[in-house]
Amino acid sequence: MTPRLRPWPLFLTFVAITLSGFGGALPFARRMLVERRNWLTAEEFTETLSLCQSLPGPNIVNLSIVVGSRACGWRGAVSAGFGLVGPPVVLVTVLGVLYGRFGALGEVRDALTGLGACACGLVAATAARMAEPLLKSRLALAAPFMFAAFCGVALLHWPLPDMLLGLAPASIAAAWFRRRRS
Amino acid sequence: MAIGLQFAGLSLLAFGGVNAVIPEVHRQTVVVNHWMTDQDFAALFAIAQASPGPNFLVTTLIGWRVAGLAGAAVATIAMCGPSCVMTYWVAKVWDRYRETPWRVAVGWGLAPVTVGFVFSSAFVLIRAADTNWRLALVTAASAGVAYFSKVNPIWCLLAAAALGIAGVLR
Repeated sequence: MTPRLRPWPLFLTFVAITLSGFGGALPFARRMLVERRNWLTAEEFTETLSLCQSLPGPNIVNLSIVVGSRACGWRGAVSAGFGLVGPPVVLVTVLGVLYGRFGALGEVRDALTGLGACACGLVAATAARMAEPLLKSRLALAAPFMFAAFCGVALLHWPLPDMLLGLAPASIAAAWFRRRRS
Repeated sequence: MAIGLQFAGLSLLAFGGVNAVIPEVHRQTVVVNHWMTDQDFAALFAIAQASPGPNFLVTTLIGWRVAGLAGAAVATIAMCGPSCVMTYWVAKVWDRYRETPWRVAVGWGLAPVTVGFVFSSAFVLIRAADTNWRLALVTAASAGVAYFSKVNPIWCLLAAAALGIAGVLR
């Protein structure tokens, strides 16, 4: 069970999580909340994360809202959320301004070209890691919808909201019947 | 203003995180509205990945590029606000419905569609970023390292930036 906490330590903890989280803050959130602070057990963390993943929005931001609200109501949610989002937003805006000023320089262009190529590789790896458990546990159910979502959005350039509204109900219905049969 | 409304809508569609709605953000900003070029989009995404914090930060940068500091603020609030409010309320009733069959079915059903979208994100970003075979090689290498090992991604990013500065990726 999450202990009752004041807003201030919540805020500071999420600042620490976010500033150490390069390439996604999730692993660092886990280390901090479960192993260092003991605010959540490992099972509670996984369960909370799956709630946050089944809701729309940035997962880690949702996680901060849930942990914050359990620890200290709406004031906890606000302080955890601001701790997570505030510092990197300021930092990334400064980087954006620098890019606007120096983005045309040769070295900056070259570094960003390399970074860009690496960054999309990281996204591909994330997708593969997300796909693996689904394809292992229920291939026939997951693969067609995964493939259709990819084709529609990536290859045919259909608007994503339309794709989601079209595919999600069918996919949920398929999962429903599959679970009822077994 | 327009970007705020669009991101606010996307906020509530971003099942599985912001990576899943990147193709739509790209379509709106590059293809439909011509707010920036493919190269700009790839560069902004790279900056967001290379800075600490959650990876929705790319939307902050896009807002900034399109409409300055006000744009950055509007885009950030629009991307996080609606989903945060929703999460806050849903978390309150969550325990009551945890094991109900329909909730499991919703989770099972949304997951593969979301993963398909994240693959689309990778595809869209690769098309924007990899303009020659050496860059494609960097992408493949970083994907491999990130998938098969637990190395902190910042090392991949630093190595790629160093290769870039060394001039071998031009």
